[in-house]
Amino acid sequence: MTQKPKRQSTTKMVPAPSHGIVPERDVNSRPVLEARNLGIDFGGLHAVEDFNLIIGKTEIAGLIGPNGAGKTTVFNLLTKVYQPTMGTILLNGRDTAGMNTMQANKLGIARTFQNIRLFGNMSVEDNVRIGLHNQVRYGMFSGIFRLPAYWEGERKQHERAMDLLSIFDMQDLAGHQAGSLPYGAQRRLEIVRALATNPSLLLLDEPAAGMNPHETEELMENITKIRDQFKIAILLIEHDMSLVMGICEGICVLNYGRIIAKGTAEEIQNNPVVIEAYLGKRKEN
Amino acid sequence: MKKSNKKLTSNLITYGIVVVAFLLCQLAISGVIDGFSMSRSLKGQLIPICVYIVMAVSLNLTVGISGELSLGHAGFMSVGAFSGIVAAMWLSKGMGNENELLCLVLAIIVGGICAGIAGVIIGIPVLRLRGDYLAIVTLAFGEIIRNVLNCLYISLDGSSLHLAFNNPNIPGKLLVNGPAGATGVSKFSTFGMGFVLVLFTLFVVLNLINSRSGRAIMAIRDSRIAAESVGINITKYKMMAFVTSAVLAGMAGALYGLNFSTVTASKFKFDTSILVLVFVVLGGIGNIRGSIIAATLLTVLPELLRAFSTYRMLIYAIVLILVMLATNNPTLRSAVDRIVPRLRKSAARKESDQA
Repeated sequence: MTQKPKRQSTTKMVPAPSHGIVPERDVNSRPVLEARNLGIDFGGLHAVEDFNLIIGKTEIAGLIGPNGAGKTTVFNLLTKVYQPTMGTILLNGRDTAGMNTMQANKLGIARTFQNIRLFGNMSVEDNVRIGLHNQVRYGMFSGIFRLPAYWEGERKQHERAMDLLSIFDMQDLAGHQAGSLPYGAQRRLEIVRALATNPSLLLLDEPAAGMNPHETEELMENITKIRDQFKIAILLIEHDMSLVMGICEGICVLNYGRIIAKGTAEEIQNNPVVIEAYLGKRKEN
Repeated sequence: MKKSNKKLTSNLITYGIVVVAFLLCQLAISGVIDGFSMSRSLKGQLIPICVYIVMAVSLNLTVGISGELSLGHAGFMSVGAFSGIVAAMWLSKGMGNENELLCLVLAIIVGGICAGIAGVIIGIPVLRLRGDYLAIVTLAFGEIIRNVLNCLYISLDGSSLHLAFNNPNIPGKLLVNGPAGATGVSKFSTFGMGFVLVLFTLFVVLNLINSRSGRAIMAIRDSRIAAESVGINITKYKMMAFVTSAVLAGMAGALYGLNFSTVTASKFKFDTSILVLVFVVLGGIGNIRGSIIAATLLTVLPELLRAFSTYRMLIYAIVLILVMLATNNPTLRSAVDRIVPRLRKSAARKESDQA
């Protein structure tokens, strides 16, 4: 059907020391994320159950599933927007039980949102500067009374913000109002803002939504570039299968709040359970 | 860098307006130029204008910058007023009356600190709420503060202060006499000090907005979840805005209190909070310069309308409604939006021609 040669990730996945699979290059370092038997109930509804996932130190992992499968709920659990009703999350080996979103971010998890949540009235640069909040610090009094710490901090924030914006070639947009950017640029800015918090795991919630095929292609290259440049792990939710199959090394399929399959792109594509979840069961006879 | 220059220019314009207005007022007071002078009643309004500007700008920090509708701002003002009065009376007794200015400055600082403490105490429970609930609870706290001050008795016995609750029988001269308020207050406040306080408030608020903390505060306003996800401590920064706002209100209160010989708690009713909120809304929520202009005009307006005597407040209300309608009129707005860029463009063209 498609004329273009299909891109497919070719990383070899190997069993991790504890359980699950990670890319071969990450097998000797501690996984960045370990979720064990994670679950949450909303009233009587088990939105997510028995969620087990290991993400290697520099892995690009994908989380897919039909609408309403609980993918964004998993993100909200990992970033502690929701407190899980069962199970544990280990971030860089540290248990996040009892933490809030802010503390989880300080431990190294950053995210983007499915429905973009930029600080729309502020400039592009200010959005990135807010991302740098905990990276370049100075106190309230230095800010008000313009002490040397203020000038030093502002200069550093400006430099770092410009550096980060250059990933997506967005330096020229620094002075623009974030809310007035085109959709694709807003999504990219959200990624930059998340990266500014210096995470070890970046969660991307439908990064390619609303992008045209050309933009998606560019995004795929940029996601790989970010991973290589910052040496971080990335977990993404996406409905665009060319993106997921193209760059994700480990893929996890969710349906009705449960993991129904895990594996490499090839394994997932040929998994009858996954095909059934997406397309329904073939009628006998 | 271009963007920060724009912000800087805008801030300088704001400071400039205040300084020019102050100089014009001084000129009018001195009456050097014929025909350019100020009526007595308007002169009496100068310090209240400064007070209300500070109140409006500080409330704008809570309502506009931090995005929390607070209806108890007059409460912090009253805390500042009463603590400032007590501090001034106590200090002037110790230092003698020559050091009026020093007394006033110290009283304002004490007023600010006391209001700040009240801000922390009230902020802890209040900032857990959001939206309408927060508004109602701040309103309640404003009333609680007023009622507490209504049965507070403070007296000065030699150089020691006595404090009693609901009991006027304490030794020494009563400074704060329950519902009768503070009486026999020395009028320390000066217009110059009011001007300095306005500049100080602008300095604090404008610098705070354009700093790391200010950006964090505005980030929480725009999207709480996103702010949390980039590691901003929500409680800390909401508290920072709320308490800063309370401190400034307390300072304004101290200046206000020391402008009258008698100050009662009933001067800081719910009406005052709403009046200040009207300044903020009319000047534009989040717009500091607008707050200054609205506070000035709406404080002066009742004085200017004295000619209409009986219909004064009616006309005041009508003017308010008209201004609100005009500023929210989409046709007018789009007209302004069309004209302003054209003016800017022609100004830019002139500049480039000159260059």
